[in-house]
Amino acid sequence: MSSASTASIGIGEEFEEVQRGRRNRNRKKGGGGSTEATAVGSSRWTPYALLTPGFLWLAIFFVVPTITLIFTSLYVGSLDQGYSFTFPGEWATYSNAISEYWPQFLRSFVFAGLATVFCLLLAYPLAYFIAFRSGRWKAAMLVLVIAPFFTSFLIRTLAWKTILADDSPVVRAMSFLHITDVLSAIGLTEGQRVLNTPLAVVLGLTYNFLPFMVLPLYASLDRMDPRLVEAAQDLYSSPWTAFRKVTWKLSMPGVVAGTLLTFIPAAGDYINAELLGTTKIRMIGNVIQDQFFVITDYPTASALSVMLMLVILVMVTIYVRRAGTEELV
Amino acid sequence: MATLTAPTSAASSSVQIRKRPGGPFRWIRSRIIPIIGVGVLFYMFLPIFVVVVMSFNDPAGRYNYTWNHFSTQAWTNFCGVAGMCDALVLSLFIGVVATAGAVVLGTLVAFAIGRYRFRGRASGNLLVFMPMATPEVVMGSSLLTLFVTLSFATGVTTILIAHIMFCLSFVVVTVKARIASLDPRLEQAAMDLYADEKTTFWRVTFPQVLPGIVGASLLAFSLSFDDFIVTNFNSGSSVTFPMFVWGSAQRGTPPQINVVGSLMFFISLTIVIIGQVLQRRRAKQA
Repeated sequence: MSSASTASIGIGEEFEEVQRGRRNRNRKKGGGGSTEATAVGSSRWTPYALLTPGFLWLAIFFVVPTITLIFTSLYVGSLDQGYSFTFPGEWATYSNAISEYWPQFLRSFVFAGLATVFCLLLAYPLAYFIAFRSGRWKAAMLVLVIAPFFTSFLIRTLAWKTILADDSPVVRAMSFLHITDVLSAIGLTEGQRVLNTPLAVVLGLTYNFLPFMVLPLYASLDRMDPRLVEAAQDLYSSPWTAFRKVTWKLSMPGVVAGTLLTFIPAAGDYINAELLGTTKIRMIGNVIQDQFFVITDYPTASALSVMLMLVILVMVTIYVRRAGTEELV
Repeated sequence: MATLTAPTSAASSSVQIRKRPGGPFRWIRSRIIPIIGVGVLFYMFLPIFVVVVMSFNDPAGRYNYTWNHFSTQAWTNFCGVAGMCDALVLSLFIGVVATAGAVVLGTLVAFAIGRYRFRGRASGNLLVFMPMATPEVVMGSSLLTLFVTLSFATGVTTILIAHIMFCLSFVVVTVKARIASLDPRLEQAAMDLYADEKTTFWRVTFPQVLPGIVGASLLAFSLSFDDFIVTNFNSGSSVTFPMFVWGSAQRGTPPQINVVGSLMFFISLTIVIIGQVLQRRRAKQA
């Protein structure tokens, strides 16, 4: 397997490990025998010495910035006059930000949700195919899956401008088959156009984050014993039931990791909305970027960032809990 | 969906055939997964194909979005666009320095988490994991507030700080996975053969972890080289290649950026294929 695909699968496993850790902590404190190899000649302080430089970097440039972000969101003032912090801070920034930008918030989560669903629908058959049917082509197919990563994110996204242009073969075919009519009826496109519509943004998001869905799904399907499905069928379950009760259940860790790896970056993305959409269908990332660089209202921009982070944290926690319990049933 | 078992052995596929009801849709039903799979791969490849084709375009206007004429001008006059090659050089520089920083710091952390049990290990895992689960907009904007609070001017230094930060987690995860897959008996064997700790580490452990470190370096480099969102928040007046592309989407896209896109694709593909061949050769030797 290539390095990048191993890494992306690793990210999926990281999600699982964090989940598992949380579940174990809930169950019991301490204990837990490990079968992992312990290092040769380990002093008590060795791990801490190894950790310190990296963790200091993360603490100073990841944890501290999160704190300054929260503080900045409570500032009063403007860039010209200077900001000041007064306890207990300016909470009105938050309520104003919500009342002004809730449509962009909502749109971000709807677009990211749609992209995640599309990714799952596209990635599952592909991951299944690679895990069980690709034979000796497995490694080559995994390279193909990560191939989009080989070229620049922005250049790939710009290519969709060509693919979805008004007179492109793809759009003409969609128009001929009356797909655009159906899509514009449900509000995803406008008339016979695809570019600069919500569909274009969702397609771009789906495309850009698809490998993040395929790789964790593949990792969990590849670990599965295919004989379990045969056993289910021997016990007279229909192929569909066998899939639902065996394959799907066993691939749940991959589904959870893949949906999170797709949803989180998609919700914060503003590249697709900027390049493939219009100013009328902006996402929250576009607003945050503008608030920082065009309007230079740092408190509002920070408040929006804090809220995006909080909403995602809450959604992820609920989702992981629910997916976790379903897995145990 | 009729074809959910995997025909790994002859016996299992014969069982499958016996059970499956015949019908006009049998052919399509038995091939639905390969058909969708190949279709999805096509969807993933279409934009790359477009990027390569459009690098040979001679655009009619400022924007290179519709096909006009065949031309190799963009390839021969590669640096003909003002600022593009400077941006490319800056991105390569940042990529190399950020990779070096992230790989050194990340490998140390990976060894600590991968090889030791210690108090705070779970929280350590969480700290490594958090940057990967944070949207880039949030990471970029929070770093910007730090630099604004400290009145630290944004520029190449702040880009490097940010890149090392977000590459670090990916390095830890990649190297840790490699460490976890090591066979502890090899180290025990080395010690049995009177190798001291230092020798065992450098002659046995480290060479085995090295492929993971190489993989992590490639990943970190590509993450840094391709990053736009976090960079955009912390770049000041410096222009990296992704920022140049972003700017050109507003001013006019020269076909030269497609040349860079195509070159990136072919170079990465070559590196991955070489890696695969090396891995396969090593696996055969073992």
